Amino acid sequence: MRSGLARFAAFAAILCFAAGAADAASPTLAKVKKNGYLRCGVNEGLPGFATPDAKGNWTGLDVDFCRALAAAIFNDPKKVRFTPTSAKVRFTVLQAGEVDVLSRNTTWTMGRDVQIGLEFVGVMYYDGQGFMVPKKLNVTSAKQLSGASVCTNTGTTTELNLADYFRANKMKYKVIAFEKNAEVLAAYDAGRCDAYTTDASGLSAERLKLKNPNDHIILPEIISKEPLGPAVNQGDQQWGDLVRWTMYAMINAEELGVTSKNVDKMLKSPSPEVRRLLGVEGSFGESLGLTKDWVVRIVKTVGNYGEVFDRNVGKGSPLKIPRGMNALWKKGGLQYAPPVR
Amino acid sequence: MTPSRRPPREPMPGPIEWLRENLFSSWGNAALTVLALAIIYWTVVPFVTWAIVDAAWTGTGRDDCLAYDGACWPFVMQRIGQIVYGFYDVGQRWRVDIALIVLAAGLAWLTLPRVPGKRPVGALMLTLYPVAAFFLLAGGMGLEHVPTTRWGGFMMTMIVAMTGIVASLPLGILLALGRRSDLPVVKGFSIAFIELWRGVPLVTVLFMAANMLPLFAGLSVNKVLSALIAVALFSAAYMAEVVRGGLAAIPKGQYEAANAMGLPYWQAMAFIILPQALRLALPNIVGNFIGLLKDTSLISIIGLFDLLGIVQAGSTDPEWAAPNTAMTGYVFVGVVFWAMCFSMSRYAKHMEGVLAAGERR
Amino acid sequence: MTTSVSIPWWRKRRTRDLAIQALLIAAVAIVVALMWMNAAETLRRQHIASGFGFLNDTAGFDIIQTLVPYDESSTYGRVLLVGILNTLVVAAVGIVLATIIGFLVGIGQLSSNWLIARLARAYVEVLRNLPLLLQIFFWYFAVLRALPGPRDSWGLGETVFLNNRGLYLPAPVTESGFGWVALALAAGIAGAIWWTIRARRLRERTGQVVSVARMSAAMIVLPALIVSALASFPLTFSLPALAGFNFEGGFVVLPEMMALVVALATYTASYIAEIVRAGIEGVAKGQTEAANALGLSRGQTLRLVIIPQALRQIIPPLTSQYLNLTKNSSLAVAIAYPDLVSVFAGTTLSQTGQAIEIIAITMAVYLTISLLTSAFMNWYNAHIALTER
Repeated sequence: MRSGLARFAAFAAILCFAAGAADAASPTLAKVKKNGYLRCGVNEGLPGFATPDAKGNWTGLDVDFCRALAAAIFNDPKKVRFTPTSAKVRFTVLQAGEVDVLSRNTTWTMGRDVQIGLEFVGVMYYDGQGFMVPKKLNVTSAKQLSGASVCTNTGTTTELNLADYFRANKMKYKVIAFEKNAEVLAAYDAGRCDAYTTDASGLSAERLKLKNPNDHIILPEIISKEPLGPAVNQGDQQWGDLVRWTMYAMINAEELGVTSKNVDKMLKSPSPEVRRLLGVEGSFGESLGLTKDWVVRIVKTVGNYGEVFDRNVGKGSPLKIPRGMNALWKKGGLQYAPPVR
Repeated sequence: MTPSRRPPREPMPGPIEWLRENLFSSWGNAALTVLALAIIYWTVVPFVTWAIVDAAWTGTGRDDCLAYDGACWPFVMQRIGQIVYGFYDVGQRWRVDIALIVLAAGLAWLTLPRVPGKRPVGALMLTLYPVAAFFLLAGGMGLEHVPTTRWGGFMMTMIVAMTGIVASLPLGILLALGRRSDLPVVKGFSIAFIELWRGVPLVTVLFMAANMLPLFAGLSVNKVLSALIAVALFSAAYMAEVVRGGLAAIPKGQYEAANAMGLPYWQAMAFIILPQALRLALPNIVGNFIGLLKDTSLISIIGLFDLLGIVQAGSTDPEWAAPNTAMTGYVFVGVVFWAMCFSMSRYAKHMEGVLAAGERR
Repeated sequence: MTTSVSIPWWRKRRTRDLAIQALLIAAVAIVVALMWMNAAETLRRQHIASGFGFLNDTAGFDIIQTLVPYDESSTYGRVLLVGILNTLVVAAVGIVLATIIGFLVGIGQLSSNWLIARLARAYVEVLRNLPLLLQIFFWYFAVLRALPGPRDSWGLGETVFLNNRGLYLPAPVTESGFGWVALALAAGIAGAIWWTIRARRLRERTGQVVSVARMSAAMIVLPALIVSALASFPLTFSLPALAGFNFEGGFVVLPEMMALVVALATYTASYIAEIVRAGIEGVAKGQTEAANALGLSRGQTLRLVIIPQALRQIIPPLTSQYLNLTKNSSLAVAIAYPDLVSVFAGTTLSQTGQAIEIIAITMAVYLTISLLTSAFMNWYNAHIALTER
């Protein structure tokens, strides 16, 4: 029954393609194609994830994901318009249709998935909330933070996690919640609070901005699960599929050893998995409303997941965050993409 | 009073006499002088030390500033392009330059005394200029499209301020007339509109624009556009009250005279009442513009990069983040805003004098 | 000449007026209806809840300054209350401070001391022409950088401490029997007011001057003192003390509050100073000369002759400055002071996503404050207009 339905869907897609309206299935994709560019909501400035340079060029993990999408759709990773969004307005911006996809280190929670009407497509980065403290406080564990003042930003899950953690451990605390990252860091730097809490990746990024980064340590406790991933609006299943499989394609590419450098060579690979991923066999690209070689374009212009990770947050970046939970499942991490089959 | 009857000039007092008379006329006065000197010493000296003596003047990154206790001027110098143009494409910045130069020239024309043709130039600045500037900045008609997400810095501040001014004048005039109308419905709507926006802080209006406008409009609203709408509605309400003040100051005889001539309402307003009322309200209108210009900095709260927002964002860039970077940026932004607002307030004061002279005649 | 030409009905003024108004109503109704439908459609599509039920949901986050009991298990409705109170307290303190600074600077501008007059003028010109948001950032980070950390606090004995976590003051703790003291105090204040009114009536009728200050002070202090002695002083103080990272106990004024109050007060004071100056300059010169002729000193002239008359001109614009200060306190959101906009239109909005309800409530709160103040102003204006002699 199910396979019958799938075959029907594929058939329908092919029909549509033949009619010259392959994208009719997804209103969002149709709109993106009509605009000629993808609109992508990103962080206002979080090194490693999304930062504009002096010329307004955006770089980062979240940014590269949008570029991968643009590469898949337009064969041009530059056809993206980035909208910097604050933690507070990000969902409204997506819901109002001001962006087509929200790639803004956003935690996938049940509430957001079910109640706010978003659809998370997967986990781009496994993160968790941690604490940074000045070394001179001689604190080595978050359990020693009772009575501390903690700086964080508003409108995020961090405020709620913080409250839960301190309550669960019967510790007292004071929270000072700012609107922007810039203000949180400035206040922490000025000694307004004893600890700075946000996602561990964010802490590594913010630490670099301090006068002497080595005077501050990130405590070992991770107090929350923060699976960060791109989100789209509910109601356009095909668009969600496209975004989801763009991410999985990047992870699968890494797993199968397809990189930006060898992708042309890999087209001739005998491995059926590689051949299906790169569109040599099957018609998965068409089913998404794209062309066969969509993954080739992604990997060639943006890279696979590992390349993107290293370049933006990993060993090739100033942040030098270890792969940790974000290693492939074969290497002891959590990154696991369903197969292309 | 003719100059020849001016009383003979008193001899210039010597410096000592002057000091005694103006600063040390009594013990209490002397104490005040000492207090004033102390305040000056405690504010000016640390500031000068920070801004000049201890400041870093040359450098290419944060390491050059970390060595100094004072201001980090290289940050402002190296980032000046971004501070002025935001993320506007470097190759297209000439378009912003043209828009700003025309604006400056137009304003100079309108404010300098004894330059002819103020009315046509003013009309052009309020109608043609905004449209032309929009196409110049956003693109279209052969020019490359530059999305509003790339707008920022000083340019963004000027765009928001100018939009507020251009939109608030006609809207404000209509609302002011509406509030003085005999028609109860028109009057009621005008009062409700004016009091609603005047009764709430601009921050909530901006939040409303950012969060609710997209829901109401049912389409994707550009973030810059929603901020512009918010600022325009907000400043129109304030402008309405200023214009109403001008209307109220017109002697009743003028209204009666216009009626007696048999002029219909709109003609009476356009040719007799409004020219006088706007002239009377001019100092307050300029005062309103000063407030509007200062308020543009609030758009950084909803994540737009105006002059203040871009300096703040730039100061946390790892390339420049240092303990004094942000404060240096604030001082720089402060100087820019202050220069603009102060000159506008001087102009308003000057116009007050001109108007008062006209009254005396 | 006066042959009346019958005007067709559609050109009659009455008809035209009615038509204009009907059109306006229709246009507004259509716009509102369109917006409403769009919003309803978008909300339905995004599965966002609507209605005010969220006010009873648990908030789950903490707030650093609460004037009413609040913890993580309180509701969003409670968050709203906390936000309103925090806004009001910052506005109240700011207004008092702005008035004091504003009057000092305003009078200073007219000082015969050259340096003071210039200094006051410079104050007005500098502060009035800078964006308030910039000044708030400046004060906040200047205050934070100037103050020491909690472990090297500046202390005044063992009772008052100042550091970058706040100003710690002894907090009064009431014990049983304090109600009687409060009652005695209230009675004393009522008595003092009655005495002041009586003294003024007496002076107006007979010209006899009765000392008011001393008698009022005695009436306020003595009964309260006696009652508290009888109740063996039912008021103790909780002193702040360093415990771990921060001071515990006592009453704390947050640095965010300090910066916000200072920025709001100094900024608004620059406007108040101009109002005060204009008010004083508006008092006829003959008044000063008459006071001089009576042999009043400069201070006396100012206090007894000029200011009471200038106040008539000063108070209406002063109230609108107070209103501005209250509205401007919403900039607290930029420096993490938990005011109404920050905790309600900020955190609560992003936790619940119910933008329309939350923005509407927030605006309604400010609008209520504004309308109440305007109503008071209208009453006050009518009042002074009546008693003008």
